[in-house]
Amino acid sequence: MKAKVTFNLDRCKGCGLCVSVCPKQILWLDETVTNVKGYHPSGISDQDKCIACGNCARICPDSVITVTKTKED
Amino acid sequence: MPKELWKGNEAIAEAAIRAGCRAYFGYPITPQNEIPEYMSRRMPEAGGVFVQAESEIAAINMVYGASAAGTLAMTSSSSPGISLKQEGISYLVGAELPAVILNMMRGGPGLGTIQPGQADYFQATRAPGHGDGRMVVLAPAGIQEAVDLMQDSFDLADRYRNPVMMLADGMIGQMMEPIEWKETEPRPPVEKPWAADGRDGDGKTHFVTSLRLQSEKNERFVQSLFEKYAAIERDEVRYEAVGCENADLLIAAFGTTARIALSAARRLEKEGVRAGLFRPITLWPFPSRALRELAGQKSVKAVMTVEMSMGQMVQDVRLALEGMKPVTFYGRTGGMVPEPAHIAEAAKKTLSEVK
Amino acid sequence: MARTQVVYERSHGLKDVETHYCPGCHHGIIHKLIAEVLVEMDLLDKAVGISPVGCAVLAGDYLNCDFVEAAHGRAPAVATGVKRTHPDLLVFTYQGDGDLASIGAGEIVHATARGEQFTTIFINNAIYGMTGGQMAPTTLLGQKSTTSQSGREAARHGMPLRMSEMLSTQDGMAYCERVCVADMPNLHKAKKAIKKAFTLQMQGVGHTFVEFLSTCPTNWGMTPVDAGKWVKSDMNRYYPLGVFKDLTAKKEAAEE
Repeated sequence: MKAKVTFNLDRCKGCGLCVSVCPKQILWLDETVTNVKGYHPSGISDQDKCIACGNCARICPDSVITVTKTKED
Repeated sequence: MPKELWKGNEAIAEAAIRAGCRAYFGYPITPQNEIPEYMSRRMPEAGGVFVQAESEIAAINMVYGASAAGTLAMTSSSSPGISLKQEGISYLVGAELPAVILNMMRGGPGLGTIQPGQADYFQATRAPGHGDGRMVVLAPAGIQEAVDLMQDSFDLADRYRNPVMMLADGMIGQMMEPIEWKETEPRPPVEKPWAADGRDGDGKTHFVTSLRLQSEKNERFVQSLFEKYAAIERDEVRYEAVGCENADLLIAAFGTTARIALSAARRLEKEGVRAGLFRPITLWPFPSRALRELAGQKSVKAVMTVEMSMGQMVQDVRLALEGMKPVTFYGRTGGMVPEPAHIAEAAKKTLSEVK
Repeated sequence: MARTQVVYERSHGLKDVETHYCPGCHHGIIHKLIAEVLVEMDLLDKAVGISPVGCAVLAGDYLNCDFVEAAHGRAPAVATGVKRTHPDLLVFTYQGDGDLASIGAGEIVHATARGEQFTTIFINNAIYGMTGGQMAPTTLLGQKSTTSQSGREAARHGMPLRMSEMLSTQDGMAYCERVCVADMPNLHKAKKAIKKAFTLQMQGVGHTFVEFLSTCPTNWGMTPVDAGKWVKSDMNRYYPLGVFKDLTAKKEAAEE
């Protein structure tokens, strides 16, 4: 199973809630990047560790996260 | 049709039902209690919605909700209760929602008396609510007229998507008069594509609101309201003129006061003074042009305004005439009702002073 | 052969626009839950939301259903007008703590007493957000605000109001639950509560009420993550989570 997490970076407000609910602690706010709104957007540090639980996407107040999982048959 | 004896408040409520009103929200306050009482029985019979709200504020907001979802609704109250409704009326104006509001005026200010008054004229015509906005104000002089104007109230509300007020003094609500129920065509259903009654087939949503945070947008909106109001001022003016041709004096009065003034005019006629009655029926839009034309007659020496207040409509009379003729005022207030003899005396005094 | 499945994506119960809410504000999360439930129950076409005066005044710009903006505190009266004249619609109010527990206290008491058939979504973040952080009827003892600058004191300011408890004493209240979205287990519970409330409304059971303990990171002066923790550590102590009324539970118990 391959999980994929994508972010609508321009809409992220850098609130950090996604980071706090990731069971694998692989989300972070990259303070070297600022988006068009001036926030440090969220990002995934290690996509391979992602278990596609969807917590981050569910709690994001701005619905910037999409989570998909791909299964090889 | 045969005449029937009806109490004003009950006739007004029945007239609303016959005009197609199927939602009424109100709260008890003297002298209009018979309206919610009558509606509590009659509205369910007619298949409509009746709620005795917890306050006048709640009632006007229920009217707002029903109207926003596409059902034209009515509320009634008396002076202090109308003050409570002013925010709601402003919201109705700002959201372009139709509604019918009845004010059965009593003496004020504050809790005042339960006897009749006309001192809510400023409130109705100048400040239905805060901000720029107007509402058609209809002032019947008796129960028959109130009944006839009820149909018009609903029509005007829907036609212009704006609240309409029927402004009656307490006497009209409490007295009994023989009236005739005229056969009227049932009001045709009105298309309301803007109503918040569920999304359109294409998923388009409706947002009924008076919030316009961008000032340029808000200004444009208010200007569009006033284009509406200009049409109302052009097309919806109503008044009655009795014996004004070649009159020595015009007496301007509305509501029950006008009927009392008419009695005064008849007294004056016997004494050789020709007094014409000018009775606005729409207080807004005020029949300025008609008043100017009649007052402009060479015979007319002055215009005397008679009101159950310290003088509110007199300002509109002065504005309409723009100094063309002298304007005087006679009134009683706080719940007191003027008498024909005293009005006649005031008229003679006016004429002696303007010579 | 590979099959890709969407685990989560933006709900089409939301309009595809940015919100003005502060970073981490729970309004965004709660709007989402409502949107998801409306989609799952296929009610987007029949839903009418009543928005408050408060930060969520623009909720109608965010949720993909019809909305009516109400005067401050009067949403229960507006909802009464909508639902009584259009009983087939799914009607819900969305009110903050000033709207519902301060200026609107009268309206919510009477709407629940009458058992009005709409759903109240009550967002309790113990402060006034939109106007810049003044004390709310639900501000906690000791909590600072711009109008209780040394912290709320019982003698001067009175005690905070527990709305769910108070309103549940009325027979017209059919279902009342207090929830939060401060962590994932609670978020799932909260979504279930919304779904139950809307379901009971469509069944005509009576008034349904879901109170959300919510955050205001900006006016609490905390990060969004710390604000979520404060809901659980402090708000929860005065405002316990749970079900305060459930007429259907009694019925189910009786039937067993």
